[in-house]
Amino acid sequence: MNIVVCVKQVPDTWAEKRLSDSDKTVDREGVEGVMNELDEYAVEEALRIKEAGGDGTVTVLTMGPDKAVETIRKALSMGADQAVHVVDDALHGSDALATSNALAKALGTIEYDLVILGVESTDARMSVIPAMLAERTGAAQLTFARKVEVSGTTVKIERQTDTGYDVVEASTPAIVSVVEKINEPRYPSFKGIMAAKKKPLTTLTIADAGVDGGSVGLAGSGTEVAEFAARPPKQAGQIVKDEGDGGAKLAEFLASQKLV
Amino acid sequence: MHHAKIEGVDHRLSEEHEALRKSVESFAREVVAPQAEQADRSGEFPYDVIRQMGEMGLFGLPLPEQYGGMGGDFLALCLAIEELARIDSSVAITLEAAVGLGSMPVYRFGSEEQKQQWLPALCRGERLAAFGLTEPGGGSDAGNPRTRAVLDGDEWVINGTKAFITNSGTDITNLVTVLCRTGERADGRPELTSIMVPVPRDGFVASPKYDKVGWHASDTRELSFTDCRVPADNVLGARGRGYAQFLSTLDEGRVAIAALAVGLAQGCVDESVRYAKEREAFGNQIGKYQAVAFRIADMQTRAYVARCAYRDAASRMLAGEPFKREAAIAKLYSSTIAVDNARDATQVFGGYGFMNECAVARHWRDAKILEIGEGTSEIQRMLISRDLGL
Ligand SMILES: Cc1cc2nc3c(=O)[nH]c(=O)nc-3n(C[C@H](O)[C@H](O)[C@H](O)COP(=O)(O)OP(=O)(O)OC[C@H]3O[C@@H](n4cnc5c(N)ncnc54)[C@H](O)[C@@H]3O)c2cc1C
Repeated sequence: MNIVVCVKQVPDTWAEKRLSDSDKTVDREGVEGVMNELDEYAVEEALRIKEAGGDGTVTVLTMGPDKAVETIRKALSMGADQAVHVVDDALHGSDALATSNALAKALGTIEYDLVILGVESTDARMSVIPAMLAERTGAAQLTFARKVEVSGTTVKIERQTDTGYDVVEASTPAIVSVVEKINEPRYPSFKGIMAAKKKPLTTLTIADAGVDGGSVGLAGSGTEVAEFAARPPKQAGQIVKDEGDGGAKLAEFLASQKLV
Repeated sequence: MHHAKIEGVDHRLSEEHEALRKSVESFAREVVAPQAEQADRSGEFPYDVIRQMGEMGLFGLPLPEQYGGMGGDFLALCLAIEELARIDSSVAITLEAAVGLGSMPVYRFGSEEQKQQWLPALCRGERLAAFGLTEPGGGSDAGNPRTRAVLDGDEWVINGTKAFITNSGTDITNLVTVLCRTGERADGRPELTSIMVPVPRDGFVASPKYDKVGWHASDTRELSFTDCRVPADNVLGARGRGYAQFLSTLDEGRVAIAALAVGLAQGCVDESVRYAKEREAFGNQIGKYQAVAFRIADMQTRAYVARCAYRDAASRMLAGEPFKREAAIAKLYSSTIAVDNARDATQVFGGYGFMNECAVARHWRDAKILEIGEGTSEIQRMLISRDLGL
């Protein structure tokens, strides 16, 4: 089974995130970049499927600036076999629509049965790339997986829902997005880190990937950030007075927020 | 005397070493930190954390792949120890002693067969090895042990007691190498030999854990040997080489302990910076008061200088140059400033800093041993002054 894992470099989860004033895109300068956390689960799942099956290749696919190669290295040091990096100034400012277009084209340069990605990235949090990729590539769409089973050309997932899970099945090629319940990602070992240096890394410009320059970047995006404002300071909490029904009220609140 | 010339050295980490450091940093934050307080309180050995460290390959960092290692170097080990000690010294010393004192002597001095037999499981962290030098009667004067081994046919018979031996009594300990007196040399000094004792073994008893001031989750025990028999070829390297072996093991070990001390010193800075931004007094964050801010600036300065010192010693070691003096300097300085930083961090935390549940209180209790273990500060000064020709 040949698997592609899409990974994205995002600003450090703990850093304060901001949009740049000039073009209203995420400000990636001066913030440490890390692999989007959910993508670590995607890499881990791909490695587990490969290790269980005993054959195939795990390819990392990233679209992002030069600096994103750090994230590629991390995925390779976890154990992925090779990487494709789509890097081009013209991609700057791409929204989900434009990104999925470029990724789909890049996928066309790789042989794969399965594409695995995290359900969302911690910077943009759109959660739509997996569905868009499925639409653009014609592959089956299996999203929000908390468990993946592969046998032959059949992929079966447990799809996380608010109240439980659905079992969904499709045949390859398929696009699978994963939630963090799915596994515990491994930490790169030193051997993995050393080996990562020697693994093949292909760099593609948009022209190499066959992407039309007008279909990506700020200009090629279907959405535009019109305005933004800082998050307002925290509001005072709501106090529940216990008049014998405090417990019930708390439970009600938690349920209304879908926390229980 | 060596190094009359002082050269410019670049101690910035290579890409691979930095990637490893980051990997261990995340592991320490995500896996080690959540259990540190509870393990400190209960004194239980953190088997689960150790297993995961083994899976990450930390126990095999400086060893070649042919023995199940990661093919890295001693600096890689030091970086892992430093990052772990920023969070939890008990876990860091378990790694340091397991590799620096347990595996390294087998790798450096053991026969091919001994290496094949012991190293793979040690590299995976599935088994731990200990090194027993110190005795109840003395540690600094370790060249003069009372523990004796006598050859009886094709077996050594060991009698004696070792004190304060790290990793010697865990459920996964399978090897204790002990320094024994095996005879007299022509010059009248004792002949010393390192003998490998597979454990458990008849005649070998690990006493219950000591009740220590710090390093609570690290395993430290007194060991007694009563007519404990092991095969004659369990000699590590050659008979009579024990003294030279432990001197060189301790030179390396000092660099690793210095890394541990730097980690603790940096952990104190991390905690203090966080708290100084959070805690308010007289209407301001306490970090806005110069007395607090400058104290933390001094702590960071000391941690930085100590880090430069141990990395310099490590780079000399890796280059195959003499590094005895630099190792002693790094060990002396970093353990001193670890104690200083721990004391200052508890001051920044005020009353909370005196509560055992507080990380800096744990650092404070964990710091003191750094001025004692693997050669006291006095012994380091002795080595440095001797090297200066005094
Ligand atoms: C938690 C812990 C873990 C340890 N783990 C191990 C281990 O795994 N393996 C192992 O072999 N040992 C281990 N040790 C022992 C440790 O290395 C010794 O405690 C240390 O070397 C000091 O020896 P000592 O305790 O006998 O002190 P002593 O040698 O009795 O020294 C007492 C004091 O006298 C000073 N002193 C001694 N000689 C001189 C001198 N010539 N000039 C000036 N001052 C001097 C010392 O500096 C010290 O201040 C461990 C100890 C502890 C506490």
